[in-house]
Amino acid sequence: MNTGEARPAAFDVLTVEDVSRHFGRRRAVSRVTFSAPQGTIVGLLGPNGAGKSTMLSMLATLIQPSAGRILYGARDAVSHGPGLRGLIGVLGHDLFLYPELTARENLEFFGGLYALADPKAAATAALERAGLLDRGDDPVSSFSRGMRQRVALERALIHRPRLLLLDEPFTGLDDASAAGLVARLRTIADDGTMLVVATHDLDLVDGLFDRAVFLRDGRMVAEEDRPSALRATYRDVMTRPQQAGPTNRAGT
Amino acid sequence: MFARVVWLVLRKDLMVEVRSLEIAYTTLFFAVSCVLVFAFALVREGRAPEDGAAGILWISIAFSGTLALGRAFERERQSETLRALLLAPAPRPAVYVGKLLGIVALLAAGEVVLVPLVALLFQAPLFDRPVWLATILLTGTIGFSAVGTLFAAMLVRARSRDVLLPVLLYPITVPVIIAGVRATTTLLQPELEVEVLRFWLALLVCFDVVFVTLALWTFEPLMTD
Repeated sequence: MNTGEARPAAFDVLTVEDVSRHFGRRRAVSRVTFSAPQGTIVGLLGPNGAGKSTMLSMLATLIQPSAGRILYGARDAVSHGPGLRGLIGVLGHDLFLYPELTARENLEFFGGLYALADPKAAATAALERAGLLDRGDDPVSSFSRGMRQRVALERALIHRPRLLLLDEPFTGLDDASAAGLVARLRTIADDGTMLVVATHDLDLVDGLFDRAVFLRDGRMVAEEDRPSALRATYRDVMTRPQQAGPTNRAGT
Repeated sequence: MFARVVWLVLRKDLMVEVRSLEIAYTTLFFAVSCVLVFAFALVREGRAPEDGAAGILWISIAFSGTLALGRAFERERQSETLRALLLAPAPRPAVYVGKLLGIVALLAAGEVVLVPLVALLFQAPLFDRPVWLATILLTGTIGFSAVGTLFAAMLVRARSRDVLLPVLLYPITVPVIIAGVRATTTLLQPELEVEVLRFWLALLVCFDVVFVTLALWTFEPLMTD
């Protein structure tokens, strides 16, 4: 897809180095380190208040780390934030869609904001991928949660981001829609996009992640490559007494 | 890029409003109610108080404008679309200007109804000098909305935003409202004192320049963290 303007140079690895974020005296994220090479799906797992959403906001360049740094390739968000935003897509728990507008109008609007050369064509292609070409001119308020989620995912992908951040993407989806979303995420990663997914739905994402990062009270308590039996691992990690640093369970 | 983003945000806001008419109906109802209350309280035996029309017009604009500002950003908060706007690589000051123009357009549409109503109920010759009146209303509305748009965006995540917005907005926009009232009062005199009117208009333009410049300067850092 031609964006019509000079697209910032892409990056092929996301590196989170010893990142902390404090809100006043409250520690939301403390010394988290992980990386995501091109085409990988990283899961951020942890209970409510573990710091997953704060971590995603920092990755999205919306807030800055209090300490440590996040590198997109060789660039950091502090000095390259605006340029990097064109390479990042975000699907939040709220869907970032205007309910009064049609699906097509929403997609065209965001296509325009991302300076795509032909937002109309991009919107049509996105509707086709979402399987909603025939409902494209209906207001989003008339859609089911699953349909809205599909439009929202295509909105997040309309500018072909290098990094896609998803916050609880399975909330409110029925089994079929959730399975469809899991398959779509795998396809997106296979196309070379890095994905960071924060979720509680461990059964749905079992086998999806290339790397799982376990957070508890803002701290990274474990990291595991290609985790299987995710729920059992999660229970094991979360009930274990906290150690000084994270456990790397890769190869265990 | 800047102008295109301004246009996209403005067009989107107008499309959303045309579909829902939520802000138009609520602010207009509130503004008309406000004028009617003043009319019932102040008009005695068909005689309106001298020089009251200008103040009542601007009070109604300010009150209904506060309502419109709150709703315009509440709408962006409900689906977290403000976050989506901030995540785009578009210049954030352009997002601010787009939102500002949307608010100004909405308030201007309300003023089209308010001005004849005030003129009728308070027997004020508001339409004797329509170009001057339009200039005063436009410059005053821009000044009020410039501060209001910035504060409404800042407060969008605050729990008590509905209380904080007027508390913060009115003290800062008092100079704009006073200048608007004085300019309109001057306009309503039988003999137009052009120099006096120019003074108040120049003051309104100064406020507009200062408020818009400050808002453009501070919007990006205020929205970043």
